[in-house]
Amino acid sequence: MPGSTLAEKILSTHAAKRARAGDIVVCTIDLVMGHDANGPMAIKAFENMGGKAVYDPDKVVFVLDHMAPAPYERAANLQALVTRFSEDQGTHCFGIGQGVCHQVLPEHGFAKPGTLILGSDSHTCTYGAFGAFATGAGATDIAAALFTGQNWFKVPETVRIELDGDLAPGSSAKDVILHVIGAIGADGGNYMSFEFYGPWLNRISQADHMTIANMVVEMGCKCGFICHANLGIAADPDAQYRDIIRFDLAKVEPGVAKPHTVDNYAPVSEVAGLPVQQGVIGSCTNGRIEDLRIAASILKGKQIAKGVRFLITPASRRVFLQAVEEGLVTTLIEAGAVFFTPGCGVCVGTHGGVPADGDTVIATTNRNFKGRMGNNKASIYLASPATVAASMLTGVITDPRTITQEVGDAL
Amino acid sequence: MPFKALKYGDDISTDLIIAGKYTKSLNVQDLAEHAMEDLDPDFKAKAKDGAVVVCGKYFGCGSSREQAPVALMAAGVKAVAAKSFARIFYRNAINIGLPLLECDTDGIDDGDILDFKAGDDFVLNVTKHARIPVRPMPEIMVRILDAGGVVPFLKKHGRF
Repeated sequence: MPGSTLAEKILSTHAAKRARAGDIVVCTIDLVMGHDANGPMAIKAFENMGGKAVYDPDKVVFVLDHMAPAPYERAANLQALVTRFSEDQGTHCFGIGQGVCHQVLPEHGFAKPGTLILGSDSHTCTYGAFGAFATGAGATDIAAALFTGQNWFKVPETVRIELDGDLAPGSSAKDVILHVIGAIGADGGNYMSFEFYGPWLNRISQADHMTIANMVVEMGCKCGFICHANLGIAADPDAQYRDIIRFDLAKVEPGVAKPHTVDNYAPVSEVAGLPVQQGVIGSCTNGRIEDLRIAASILKGKQIAKGVRFLITPASRRVFLQAVEEGLVTTLIEAGAVFFTPGCGVCVGTHGGVPADGDTVIATTNRNFKGRMGNNKASIYLASPATVAASMLTGVITDPRTITQEVGDAL
Repeated sequence: MPFKALKYGDDISTDLIIAGKYTKSLNVQDLAEHAMEDLDPDFKAKAKDGAVVVCGKYFGCGSSREQAPVALMAAGVKAVAAKSFARIFYRNAINIGLPLLECDTDGIDDGDILDFKAGDDFVLNVTKHARIPVRPMPEIMVRILDAGGVVPFLKKHGRF
């Protein structure tokens, strides 16, 4: 019998039987995460199931991040419901301002190799950067996990993504994943697991690993794994793959996802010069300290273009504090940026930074669907932190390689 | 039961099914108010007496928000037919008891009358006298849908 992919390996250990791609298995779950957007519906479903006590409060984490702090009374009441439930049940809970769930959980050691994590957010796949089989689910599936400690899974087929060579200066992990999504398509990984390989993965930061893992769901993937040398878990050498797809990193330019789908890829050079009214750095994709450093290096001592709005949401309180200590917040505010409470609001259109009709936004976030940021008459381009910062400097979409050499050296 | 088809395109995201700004409610009627409104401002009126939403590929992509199938169901949608569904939407719909018909939707036009029974391996296009094969669901999903969703399923069985 051939060996196991990472998805097969982790689901096998949690199903207590050999799980092969295509099988349906019932697995015990190591960690359940719920946030304030979908957590309340999960709690209601849990109670409707007859749930009294969650299966193991130490394996349950709630995070208030999607509407933090609450913009109106309905949101406040839903957050109060989550807080009360968490207190009554004795689960973990991170309150407003602690940050985006996918940043907060790894920061607090909840994302571990070989574990099975179910989260009420589609970007739960981010923990694949830490070797966890982590996938997003809806409220009722979360409720089922809270109630029984288990859920059922269809074991996904796995595709190997081989990243050959090295990136040219000016390109980043975000440009790589946008390029990959453009090539594979928004539904090219539907129901699948992707394993990323290549020596470049050993040279980049954990933040970069998280950026790549975060966006596998934008190809429909159930989960993804960034198979760097220190992942702590490996697929068997004779595992069976549905496909192997290679990318030459040297060819990855700074890129964007054009409106209104994430796979609508173009090199920045193709859309350079398009006026933008708003730039956003933040989210579980690119709101980390490394991202803020890049933005500050581009904007230090400069001013953003007249008429643009530049919104920054650090991914967590820790990131925010680090940015304060490093002087990045001062640099960026002096350049004209506006800072938000760590959370998801701007990216998901709950509150903060809603664009006007006809606005063009360039953002480091992960989705550019019509209406995503709260206005279906706005257009969203997704890009790297360097591209967003460069575009804020000029007021038009700008290839970061075209700004001064001094800045180029800093990237 | 026969219902009329409301036909839309490919890649309908959960942001289009219900925008993030409207999902912050546990009242299903609040959600129904805004179902599909960015795509079709008249959706509410068209769906209220029962309808089947018919789309192309990859219906329900994006966010894990279960409010998407809940909003459709509360708006009067009796089933969604599409060439393919995004993974999380697929589970969410079945979990709340909303039938999905994964089938070739090219032969269905807006306004056609469709007749189906949840769990059947075909859907009838009454208007065009066509029988369209429906891709079978995993057995566990058939049982969940039969129970009316995961809540009644777990209430009855206690576990998967």
